[in-house]
Amino acid sequence: MFQLAEIRHMVRIPPWLFGQTLNDAVVEELNRKLANKVVLNVGLCIALFDVTSLGDSYIFPGDGASHTRVTFRYVVFRPFMEEILEGTIKSADADGLQVSLGFYEDVYIRRDAMMTNSHFDETDGTWVWDYQTDDETHHLFMDIGEKVRFKVIAEQFTDTTPSAPGMTEGDGAVADRKEGKIPYIVFVSIVFMIVKKYMKR
Amino acid sequence: MEVLNCKGAVLSNCEVYALLQDLCRQEKGRKSMMKTQADLANIAFETMKYLEKTACRNQNAEVIQGFLQAVKEFKLTKAEKLQLINLRPTTPVEMQLIIEDSEERLSEEQVEELIGLVELHLPDIDNPQTLVNGTPGK
Repeated sequence: MFQLAEIRHMVRIPPWLFGQTLNDAVVEELNRKLANKVVLNVGLCIALFDVTSLGDSYIFPGDGASHTRVTFRYVVFRPFMEEILEGTIKSADADGLQVSLGFYEDVYIRRDAMMTNSHFDETDGTWVWDYQTDDETHHLFMDIGEKVRFKVIAEQFTDTTPSAPGMTEGDGAVADRKEGKIPYIVFVSIVFMIVKKYMKR
Repeated sequence: MEVLNCKGAVLSNCEVYALLQDLCRQEKGRKSMMKTQADLANIAFETMKYLEKTACRNQNAEVIQGFLQAVKEFKLTKAEKLQLINLRPTTPVEMQLIIEDSEERLSEEQVEELIGLVELHLPDIDNPQTLVNGTPGK
């Protein structure tokens, strides 16, 4: 579920951090820049793991800050395909379920990835799994707040950088960006429900 | 910013939990950091909250090493071993989901044996004291 990403970056250290050691200043700047953000095709950044190399620092004319080339490893949330994770159901609608991991909420179970024989109950606003045993059918409700285990089946990164003002509205790429505001979506299929209670109807 | 390797290494929940715990301990000494790095504080707090509810809370490096030694002969892939550690499955159904083609690769007795090893080496989340082999969880 968590991975290390190796990244190289020119870190700008503003003058008010010169009082600290270079190492501390670099760590602080990297965490400020990346923590709790999604990097395209990398994943959701959690925290700095370690700094592998520090280059020389440069000062450019007209800027009081120093610039240092740093190679570092960052802990990112990026589940691999087929990985099984645990979360709680956040919301439900006819298109599927949204699952929350607490720190990350863009995890979706689409209706086609739901267990067979399940349907959306309009009146209750929940998904119901009709589980057939030999003699009767059990209705297992997937209530909001229930714990579920799921398997990662697809992921989708969207570039959400603001488009340049010169670009026209009709541009396909621009329209795509505007529509998908969520930078990183994980699509999963439900595999296991931790059934604390189930009701028969 | 250039990404050199976006899939460098996979971390277990336990390693991330330990890292975040360290981070929070450091932060406490320098309270101003929390104010200047709100994003880091947020994500660290939320992730810790999530991880505290998983089996990794009672794990440490020795526990995991012991477990990996014990399951060596089962010829599991890295991903499978990682998920065994993260999820701590204790029923055959869970095992079947985690281990690909488990019917062909493992016999029923082997699955039972594997469950036994999980219970023996990885401490239970609710009651870590019940560990049998003498290496108590933290």
